Amino acid sequence: MRDFSTEELDRYSRHILLSDVGVEGQEKLLSARVLIIGAGGLGCPAALYLAAAGVGKIGIVDNDVVEISNLQRQIAHFTYDIGRSKVESARDKMLQINPGLNIETYQLFLQAANIREIIRDYDFVIDGTDNFPTKFLVNDACVMENIPLSHGGILRFDGQTMTIVPGESSCYRCSFRSPPPPDAVPTCSQAGVLGAIAGMLGTIQAAEALKFITGAGSLLTNTLLTFNAKTMAFRKINLKKQDDCPVCGSKPTITELTDAEQTTCDLKQLKKDGNYVAE
Amino acid sequence: MRIIINGEAEEINEAELTVSRLLNIKNIESPDMVSVQVNDTIVDRADYDHKQISQDDEVEFLYFMGGGACS
Ligand SMILES: [Zn+2]
Repeated sequence: MRDFSTEELDRYSRHILLSDVGVEGQEKLLSARVLIIGAGGLGCPAALYLAAAGVGKIGIVDNDVVEISNLQRQIAHFTYDIGRSKVESARDKMLQINPGLNIETYQLFLQAANIREIIRDYDFVIDGTDNFPTKFLVNDACVMENIPLSHGGILRFDGQTMTIVPGESSCYRCSFRSPPPPDAVPTCSQAGVLGAIAGMLGTIQAAEALKFITGAGSLLTNTLLTFNAKTMAFRKINLKKQDDCPVCGSKPTITELTDAEQTTCDLKQLKKDGNYVAE
Repeated sequence: MRIIINGEAEEINEAELTVSRLLNIKNIESPDMVSVQVNDTIVDRADYDHKQISQDDEVEFLYFMGGGACS
C-alpha cells in the first residue's frame, strides 16, 4: 500500500471515512485514469469533482474556446476565460482545486481516426458531448476498446444517463441505434437548457466514475436514469443488451469506426456554432 | 387494451395497436427523436407499422438527448 502524506489523509478524509471507499478506495482513485470528452455543461462539473476526488490522471478533450453564453452552465469557465481554450481553462481550475494531479488536455476534434488511440490510455470515459454523431462515435470506440463509459444527455429541463460496461451491459447503440436525422434535432435557438441540469447530470456521471473505480455500490448499467427538473421526477428504465445491436450484438455490422454519420454540412454548421464536441 | 407506457398504466381504446399507431395516439411530435422499447426489446424503425402491441405490454419511449445547450 502507498504511504499517504498527512496532507493527503486530510484532503481525502471524507472519502477515507466511507467504509465503501476507505484508504484502499482512495488509493485506487489516485492511480485511476478518467477521460472527459467535452469541457462543457456536463464535462465541467465532472472535471471539478474528479479533480477534487483525487483521480490521478484526468484527460479532457475539447476543441472550443470559452464564449460568454457558455458561462450559464459550464461551471469551470469564468468570465475572465472568455476567448481561452476550454481545456486550458478547465485544467487551471482542476489544478487550483488539487495541484498534484496529472491533467492531460486534448484540444482537437474527436474523430474516427484519433479516438481509439486517445481513449486507450484511460480506465473510464465520461461522454459530455453535445451532438449525436460524436455520442455514437464515443460509444462505438469504447465498445471496441472495451472501456467503460458514462453516457449523458440533457435537453431543456430533462436529463438522461446510463453507464456502459462493454461486453457486460447494454450500450448506447443497443437502445438508440443511430443518430437521428439532423433536421429532426432541435436547433440551439429552439432548445435551451436550465443551467443547473448540466450540473445535476455531470455530477451523476462523476459519481458513476468514482463508483466504478472504487467498486462502491452498483452502477447504472442496463439502466437509463432519466429526470425532469420541472417535477423532479427521477425514473430508472430497465434496458437489456440487444442481441441485434449493430456494435455490441452477436453479429455486429459496425466493426470499424467511420466519420460517415457526420455529414460535411453538419460539421460546418457545428464548427460555425463552435460546439462540435463540448456540451 | 391496457398497456404500460413509461411506467404508467394506460387504457388505449384500440383492438389492434401498432407502434406507429401508438406514436400517433400519444402525439409524439418528433418520432425521429424517440427510440421505442417494448418489453425490453428495441423495435426497429422499419417495423413500426407492423409491430403489434398487446395487452399488458410495457412500452418505453426513450428520448434522444444530446446537449441541447449550445454555445
Ligand atoms: Zn449495444
